[in-house]
Amino acid sequence: MSADLDQLENQSIYILREAYNRIDKLAMLWSIGKDSNALLWLCRKAFFGRIPFPVVQLDTAMELPEVYEFRDRITKEWDLDLKVEQCPPEEEMDQTLPPLTRAAARKTEGLKNLLRDHAYQGVMVGIRRDEQATRAKERVFSPRSLEGDWDVKDQPAEFWDHYKTRFPEGVHVRIHPLLAWTELDIWRYSQREGIPIVPLYFAKDGKRYRSLGEKNITFPVDSTASTIDEIIAELQVTRVPERAGRAMDNESEDSFERLRSVGYM
Amino acid sequence: MPHSQLRIVIVGHVDHGKSTLIGRLLNDTGSLPDGKVDQVREMSRKRGMPFEWAFVMDALQAERDQGITIDTTQIHFKTKQRPYVIIDAPGHTEFLKNMVTGASQADAALLVIDADEGALEQSRRHAFLLHLLGVRQVAVVVNKMDKVEFSSRRYEVVAQEIKDYLAELGLQPKAVIPVSARNGDNIVTRSKQADWYLGPTVIEQLDAFRPQQTSPDQPLRFPLQDVYKPDDRRILAGRIESGRLRVGDTLHFSPTGASAKVVSIEAWNHPETVLSAQAGQSIGITLDKRIFAERGHIAHHQSDAPTLAHRLSVRLFWLVSDPLVVGKTYTLKIATAEHRVTVEQVTAVINVEDLSSTPGKAVRRNEVAEVVLRSRSPIALDLASDLPRTGRGALIDGNDVVGGCLVVEIEDSAAANITEVSHTVSLEERAQANGHKGGVIWLTGLSGAGKSTLAMALERALFDRGWQTFVLDGDNVRNGLNAGLGFSADDRAENIRRVAETAKLFADAGMVVIASLISPLKADRARARVIGGERFHEVHVAANLATCEERDPKGLYKKARAGEIAEFTGISAPYEAPDQPELVIDTDALSRSEALAQLLDYVDETLGKNSLKSEKELTYVI
Repeated sequence: MSADLDQLENQSIYILREAYNRIDKLAMLWSIGKDSNALLWLCRKAFFGRIPFPVVQLDTAMELPEVYEFRDRITKEWDLDLKVEQCPPEEEMDQTLPPLTRAAARKTEGLKNLLRDHAYQGVMVGIRRDEQATRAKERVFSPRSLEGDWDVKDQPAEFWDHYKTRFPEGVHVRIHPLLAWTELDIWRYSQREGIPIVPLYFAKDGKRYRSLGEKNITFPVDSTASTIDEIIAELQVTRVPERAGRAMDNESEDSFERLRSVGYM
Repeated sequence: MPHSQLRIVIVGHVDHGKSTLIGRLLNDTGSLPDGKVDQVREMSRKRGMPFEWAFVMDALQAERDQGITIDTTQIHFKTKQRPYVIIDAPGHTEFLKNMVTGASQADAALLVIDADEGALEQSRRHAFLLHLLGVRQVAVVVNKMDKVEFSSRRYEVVAQEIKDYLAELGLQPKAVIPVSARNGDNIVTRSKQADWYLGPTVIEQLDAFRPQQTSPDQPLRFPLQDVYKPDDRRILAGRIESGRLRVGDTLHFSPTGASAKVVSIEAWNHPETVLSAQAGQSIGITLDKRIFAERGHIAHHQSDAPTLAHRLSVRLFWLVSDPLVVGKTYTLKIATAEHRVTVEQVTAVINVEDLSSTPGKAVRRNEVAEVVLRSRSPIALDLASDLPRTGRGALIDGNDVVGGCLVVEIEDSAAANITEVSHTVSLEERAQANGHKGGVIWLTGLSGAGKSTLAMALERALFDRGWQTFVLDGDNVRNGLNAGLGFSADDRAENIRRVAETAKLFADAGMVVIASLISPLKADRARARVIGGERFHEVHVAANLATCEERDPKGLYKKARAGEIAEFTGISAPYEAPDQPELVIDTDALSRSEALAQLLDYVDETLGKNSLKSEKELTYVI
């Protein structure tokens, strides 16, 4: 029974093809997590095996070793056009941000540098509405100013799959092909399609990563789920939020929102 | 439990309690993550308020302070029956585009009305938009029943009023449910205080809604999104919006009229061969021949074609502060096709309070209206009532989506519902009488390559032989047929289209038409080829840019170099040379008479006496 996965897949492919046709210079952000792995897979489906744009990792040099290992293997096996963008150090971040949030902000700055240096007009990002309340408010095609600012109060209308694809100079667009997917959908789809997964998601010694981030600000959660089947079973009963192990989200009431309003993914 | 989600939109007037209802639904179905209730309690306490359910949804700082929901938010929850996504649509007037964004994705809608205040202007507007957006499953939630002491009489008044209004829109609510979202009455648990109410609770009603279905039994509409060439395959990609296609089907493409057979349905990482695909699927196909097909064209079966329209009536909603005005031109996007349309008439501006209407000259933000649009190019479309996905569209002004519309009436177009009269004089008879076939000799090339010279020389030579012939020169037609067209990309394309259509008529009448136009873009020439069909002959009059610039017969290169002419082909605008023209004449290498001789040979061979004898199948219908 996976008619709903078919529907999600078809919709995401439609979005990817719209983006590729309408946006001149396009790149995809690859965090190496389960969501952007699924997004890579969908790109291969949409474009019949070959991904026709670069895949970018915003690197803080703080990912876990398994993540780098996975990145290098998949890049080779799938013949990806990988670009690694080194993020600026924490000392250069807004010092008014709480410390953990500041660490996360490095990726925002890395993204800004990437956009400035390569003049990408569109970046595809594998965020989902069910991850976090502010992400729930996103559009599929979400315009940003040059500084990456997100004007949540004045977002474009989006209906009947007509997306905003024309922009004034200096504006780039975030494209979110996975917005309608849930965490559970991603796991069921990964299982159905046999999409490779970083082993950190599977429980070892009673702990697993439910959401992957840098090692200084991400922690594993209690779990015994060591296969995709067990993860799916766990998600159907859990009431722990997905990003519980992401320290920066929970540092203060509005820390994630502050990150996003200035350009975090 | 099925995995497939039902998408619910919750709409209604500001402050009638939508966010509270959602907070309650999440809590009472056990869908809130641990700690959320404590978080909301803390937020409420900090602001000196009693426990506020709406804070569950209002996750953004700005919203919490303003006390209204700014943007549409999607939240997932489950009942015992199935998973849901609820889309919270804001009630505040200026946030209409967010409401449209939310509601257009929904399978079903809950319309929340305050029991004390009754249906207000916003409630009616939202109901009207549900109707416009095509949301057919609606239930009404009469909220804040605690404020009217759960009075059944008050409930009846409010219920009747909204039922009457919805009936005029052709909507029949599945239920009208009295609730108190704040206290949890009739959300999950049945209200003890409204014991006179026997209908479903909110949760029972949600579980009774059905997901929207796309039917594969409707006529096929496969709008192209793109054409990919990953290797030696040429894959036409897109999503089937209705109907079904199979390998081996002959597809026809609108608006070009091209046709070809489906050879394969391509799929990556799919072990079995795919033989058919249906509505909702994003696919790619290959065809048995290379036809001109691009983004925006709609593939369909011959028997159930979309209508080709130049003039259509739409029912629209307007989202921006710049009003829609008569005479203004917008881009209409239907499926993946974009067309320039001009507003001819505002037939009716609809008053959503009482559904009365008045004619007007403009449609303002948040208004709904019926409008007549006119397009220069034929638009392939359907009536929204027949096939919603190819019968509705977005209006774009500059960079922004400014409105949405449903096609409610289509006027006959020159190309569409006109039954073509069969000529009693056949093409073959004309050709026999003239001693040659009709055809379009399309000369393309840079300014100064020698097109006009060659065209006039060919006309003279053919005329002297007794042929029926005429030159359509790019510059000359701009004074008459195409006066009023400028040099924008759209106007240039239209210029070429008109010349191609005119040339085709002359060719049908048996003449050899020599069209002499720079026609720098492949896509424009491909369209001309589609119009001209088999009688179209592309001749590339080729010369180096340097040669052309040196010749500069009209002094245009000099002006272009001086910056006096913008977008001059070869200097500041591209010339796309043909890949496979029927003939290339290199005027760098050939003298004028050599060039003419080569062209005459070609025309003689393809259209002259010898071509008549050899062909029996000249009887194709015009």
